[in-house]
Amino acid sequence: MINAGIVTVSYIIATILFILALGGLSNQETARRGNWYGIIGMAIALIATILGVVTAQYTILLVALLIGGSIGLFAASRVQMTQMPELVAILHSLVGVAAVAVGYVNFMDPTEHLTGVELTIHDIETYLGILIGAVTFSGSVIAFGKLSGRISGNPMILPARHWLNLGLLIGAIWFGREFVMQSAAGTGMEPLIIMTVIALLFGIHMVMAIGGADMPVVVSMLNSYSGWAASATGFMLGNDLLIVTGALVGSSGAILSYIMCRAMNRKFLAVIAGGFGTGGGSPAAAGGGEDQGEVVPVEPLETAELLSNAKEVMIIPGYGMAVAQAQHTVFEITRTLREKGVNVRFGIHPVAGRMPGHMNVLLAEAKVPYDIVYEMDEINEDFPDVDVSVVIGANDIVNPSALTDPDSPIAGMPVLECWKGKVSIVLKRSMATGYAGVQNPLFFLDNTRMLFGDAKATLDEVLKAL
Amino acid sequence: MRIGVPKENFAGECRVATTPDVAAQLIKLGFDVSVETGAGAKSSFSDNAYRDAGCDVVATTADLWSQSDIVMKVRGPDDQEAAQLRSDQTLISFLWPGQNPELLEKLTGTGATVLAMDSVPRISRAQKMDALSSMANIAGYRAVVEAAQHIGRFFTGQITAAGKVPPAKVLVIGAGVAGLAAIGAAKSMGAIVRSFDTRPEVKEQIESMDAEFLMLDFEDEDGSGEGGYAKVMSDEFIKAEMELFAEQAKDIDIIITTALIPGKPAPRLITAETARSMRDGSVIVDLAAEQGGNCELTVPGEVTVDSGVTIIGYTDLPSRLAAQSSQLYATNLRHLLTDMTPEKDGKIVVDFEDEVVRGTTVCKDGETTWPPPAPKLSAAPPKAAPAPEPVVEKEKKPRSFVGPAIGMALAGVALLGLGAVAPASFMAHFTVFVLACFVGYMVIWNVTAALHTPLMSVTNAISSIIVIGALMQISSDNPLTMWIAAVTVGITSINIAGGFAVTRRMLEMFRK
Repeated sequence: MINAGIVTVSYIIATILFILALGGLSNQETARRGNWYGIIGMAIALIATILGVVTAQYTILLVALLIGGSIGLFAASRVQMTQMPELVAILHSLVGVAAVAVGYVNFMDPTEHLTGVELTIHDIETYLGILIGAVTFSGSVIAFGKLSGRISGNPMILPARHWLNLGLLIGAIWFGREFVMQSAAGTGMEPLIIMTVIALLFGIHMVMAIGGADMPVVVSMLNSYSGWAASATGFMLGNDLLIVTGALVGSSGAILSYIMCRAMNRKFLAVIAGGFGTGGGSPAAAGGGEDQGEVVPVEPLETAELLSNAKEVMIIPGYGMAVAQAQHTVFEITRTLREKGVNVRFGIHPVAGRMPGHMNVLLAEAKVPYDIVYEMDEINEDFPDVDVSVVIGANDIVNPSALTDPDSPIAGMPVLECWKGKVSIVLKRSMATGYAGVQNPLFFLDNTRMLFGDAKATLDEVLKAL
Repeated sequence: MRIGVPKENFAGECRVATTPDVAAQLIKLGFDVSVETGAGAKSSFSDNAYRDAGCDVVATTADLWSQSDIVMKVRGPDDQEAAQLRSDQTLISFLWPGQNPELLEKLTGTGATVLAMDSVPRISRAQKMDALSSMANIAGYRAVVEAAQHIGRFFTGQITAAGKVPPAKVLVIGAGVAGLAAIGAAKSMGAIVRSFDTRPEVKEQIESMDAEFLMLDFEDEDGSGEGGYAKVMSDEFIKAEMELFAEQAKDIDIIITTALIPGKPAPRLITAETARSMRDGSVIVDLAAEQGGNCELTVPGEVTVDSGVTIIGYTDLPSRLAAQSSQLYATNLRHLLTDMTPEKDGKIVVDFEDEVVRGTTVCKDGETTWPPPAPKLSAAPPKAAPAPEPVVEKEKKPRSFVGPAIGMALAGVALLGLGAVAPASFMAHFTVFVLACFVGYMVIWNVTAALHTPLMSVTNAISSIIVIGALMQISSDNPLTMWIAAVTVGITSINIAGGFAVTRRMLEMFRK
């Protein structure tokens, strides 16, 4: 209906709008506008493609769009903010599936006739698109299972897992060569299917070996993969819009993974290789084996007193807050204290939670104003002035041994230095160690009080006492 | 069990071992509480207030002693009281068993259980029962009040129409609990406060109270002894220290000394000469008066004036703030009793497995159990907490340029190889791809960390642009291709709608 030139121009406009959408997220004020840019960009791209490229089956197409769109809208309106990581993971898997499907269909398409180098390059593009798509798909499904608790969050460590990974990689390369050679002869479906299975296994194995608290890295890495899958598909189809968008998403996910790894002071490869503290380094016992002394428990009533007599309060939420669904109570406490003139702020560690920015979203859901929520780097030097720090369901991100004990498995990881404040109150269910399995000397410091129990229940009591 | 609180019979003692508020909490623990009539009068707690809290008010001391299972006092018992103690009774009070061996022997002879509040071990868990700290805190505060009474000047500096008033300068020697309390009180009244201590680890605490820490230019000698207390220093150190005080004395209006070493007479830090060198009208408050005094001129229990300098040697400073100290002391006692009443049924259990109870109990069943075995832990922070720098330094090795250079060279060769064989159309797409990666890199670094989750959901939504691939295939004549494409369109549109909608939902929540 419209000519190719107009379609191309529409794609350029969509590309620009996508870039603006990501740029808009640089701060909260422009973020909503950014999201609209993204929606408009997507709409333009869809309409241009439907009008300019599609020539038949409009009905089926519209039905598919409507069904998919309604499911998506329904899921988006129902999801709990604590379940965001799961939702994002499962959505990634859909991109993976789409990449695989488009790749297969493209390969089966009899209308294209390429020869020589062009055919080889096209085959490699197809192969890569399917490979990345399949890894994204199975990896995301496993990540979804782990995040939603359907699969145990503990890392599953197979013996010789590095060799297994290497074997899968070599297999993928070998069948890639087979595929390119057979494709030139007009066949090639067989190696393609075997490779897809290998890629699916690889995705499963990779994510299974990664523990719960490393999930921020995994989720952002899968985010990145879904982008590269789109990009590879774009190469295959010779479509610049797909290439650009995929590259944007891919680099976005890669940067997020990098930020998360830096926040844990770990190498990306070490995280992806899975298992914590097993790849060299001293066993956890070395950091926490010795007698640390006694902890000082505290009652909710006393906590309330400490809070209301403080001038500066810092709240440090962790995954435990999400698990206990305590964010609304936290907000009520915050509001009560702020009405009393207490300066309450939040300190967020980059890897708190199961997804980059997870804590920010939870607090925003509980109506905590975002201008009192600070990043670790912004507030770490303010701790000496803080009267009371409240640590809710966090452990490793407030562990002083990361700075003081060079043998600790988490040595060098930047942490929130709440022990420099006057009093730290740590809400915890028990004295169990955190994800890294490292004992936390913070709990035994003179100025630390332990408030044991379920975070929601104890905070409700604190709120009542206030 | 019945708790009895007699009237303190020591001359000038104004404190009482429980207050109506605390008594009410003890009754909640299951105890009955009797108070001798007039016991709280000097700390402003009337008999009626005790009655309202649920206590029985008993008319005579003898009745009170005979009916109580637990007797709580502030001062240790005198001979007459000790004689009344029965073997089934428990006595809790200050005792100073180290200084009063005869009293301890006598109490042991009665067969009663006796707990000394001055022997509560200094461990974190027992801080809430640490009556010594409570009293020291009050003494430090009261020392400043006494000084203010005698100085005849403002503490704070003022500029008035009648002229300028300089702020008072206060030197606090010994920054333990009392010293820090004195620093806080003097500081909040507006004085300039300097402080000295032989234990270097308290420097931070002093500075955290906004006072100036006086450094002694002396090779590292750490004055920290066991249990967070100070220890005896070398002669040279004391000489240097006294020179510092002599020099400071000429400039200072008020000296508050709190230097004590457990089980030793108080160190003489202010010589008569130093004291006399102070300006007329200056004040010295000697909190160590009971142990002989830090100042040579101190007369324990008295206020004396020598060469125009007032020297306050009161030994009963906490008692001079009786309502406050009674309340804190009573609370310390309550915490101890709470720990000893695990069932909350009003029956105390003297459990020698409990480090705190073990340390506090000085005699039981006719046997002296003092001194207790050494406590396992010191209250002082472990010294082995080196600065974090070393770890960080190690991470920041000078970056080698060889690795990246090799990587870049390899990438360059690979690109050249690609360019040599790849067709023009591929290279055009490749150009776009590389540029897009860089645009993404630049744009994403600007994203605020708080929005990382919306970033992921929105990138997820736009990565479903892969739907275009399916749209290109959906018009195929091949039904298999067509249906796969249709399903793909459906799946990706879940992603498109879901991704954008959930992003929008999240962003709506972010508000100021």
